[in-house]
Amino acid sequence: MMHPIRRQRLFLVIFIVVAASLAVGLMTYALRDNINLFYPPSEIAAGDAPPGVRIRAGGMVVDGSVERASDSLFVRFLVTDGEAEVEVHYTGILPDLFAAGEAAVVTGELDKQGIFMASEVLAKHDENYTPPEVADAMNAAHERAKQSTDES
Amino acid sequence: MWQWFHRLGSPRWFYQASGKWLPWLAGITFVLLLIGLMWGLGFAPRDAKQGNSFRIIYIHVPASFLALAGYYVMAIAGAVGLIWKMKLADMVMKSAAPLGAALTFVALITGAIWGKPTWGTYWVWDARITSMLVLLFLYMGVMALQHSYTSVDAANRASAVLSLVGMVNIPIIYKSVDWWYTLHQPATIKFTEAPTMHPDMFHPLLVMIAGFYCFYALVLILNTRSEILHRERRSSWVKDIVLQNQR
Repeated sequence: MMHPIRRQRLFLVIFIVVAASLAVGLMTYALRDNINLFYPPSEIAAGDAPPGVRIRAGGMVVDGSVERASDSLFVRFLVTDGEAEVEVHYTGILPDLFAAGEAAVVTGELDKQGIFMASEVLAKHDENYTPPEVADAMNAAHERAKQSTDES
Repeated sequence: MWQWFHRLGSPRWFYQASGKWLPWLAGITFVLLLIGLMWGLGFAPRDAKQGNSFRIIYIHVPASFLALAGYYVMAIAGAVGLIWKMKLADMVMKSAAPLGAALTFVALITGAIWGKPTWGTYWVWDARITSMLVLLFLYMGVMALQHSYTSVDAANRASAVLSLVGMVNIPIIYKSVDWWYTLHQPATIKFTEAPTMHPDMFHPLLVMIAGFYCFYALVLILNTRSEILHRERRSSWVKDIVLQNQR
């Protein structure tokens, strides 16, 4: 049997941990929208994101939507979360890992037409790591599967 | 029933027993880290998208693992010290703080170095990175509290309470990438699913994680031993050791 004084101290320790968890839990719950780094395109399309304020948007860069200007660093592309798309305009250098079909996080403002005028573009890496040969083989298999469904 | 527990809490017993473990632990740590580093940096294939820059994962992920696990070590040692007034537990808590702070710092720095070529920025205030910075401040808070009291007992009590309150941050760090939209990617290694990493890249990472666990244990024991000698400097067995070494 545990000594009564020690048992009392054990309850004190449990109380500290539970009370701290509760306090921080309620705080993060209240601040949950502010803790998100970016808005997904569906929330921007639904009008949840404020226009004219510096915000971030994040999502997948739509395949084939990236258009670069030939005479400047201007680029425009669409980001999607599978539900809605947002058009992004940006002038500047893109990170190396920026590519169609990959995720990106853009910082900037929404204009009145709902176009996102970005001042910074970050690439978001996924949790997958593959050697180049394996990635090539997977892409080749994907292409073959696509071709066979197109033919049939 | 509690007798073995109280024997484990004797600084003298721990000092003598850990002296026998140290050479073995040091050897295992050295071998694991050497194999892991050579395998990960030299022989593992590069990543299809990131190229060679992904190799920083072999330092970043093990350091982050131990920064988080080490916090539990510090907080549980603090709780044991609070409840049972066990001297050794207080010494372990004090020794775990600078080690955890160093590992958290390594995780933040390697993350920043990797972030620049991968994301396009060194730093972003997302939930994962910010909560990791809070972890660094918690470790530094425990270190500061340890040095701001003249009474050892008061310092131990204060830093144990801070460790316990800060424990709430650990599950937040773990789950931050799932609960909120962050720039940091979700976990690659999960307990319930297969890792989303090719086995050729994953195996050296496992060796590095095992090596970092051993490294953590080794440095924690070394820190605790020097803390034992310092706090027990007036006891006769410590004086005997010092006299033996001088001869």
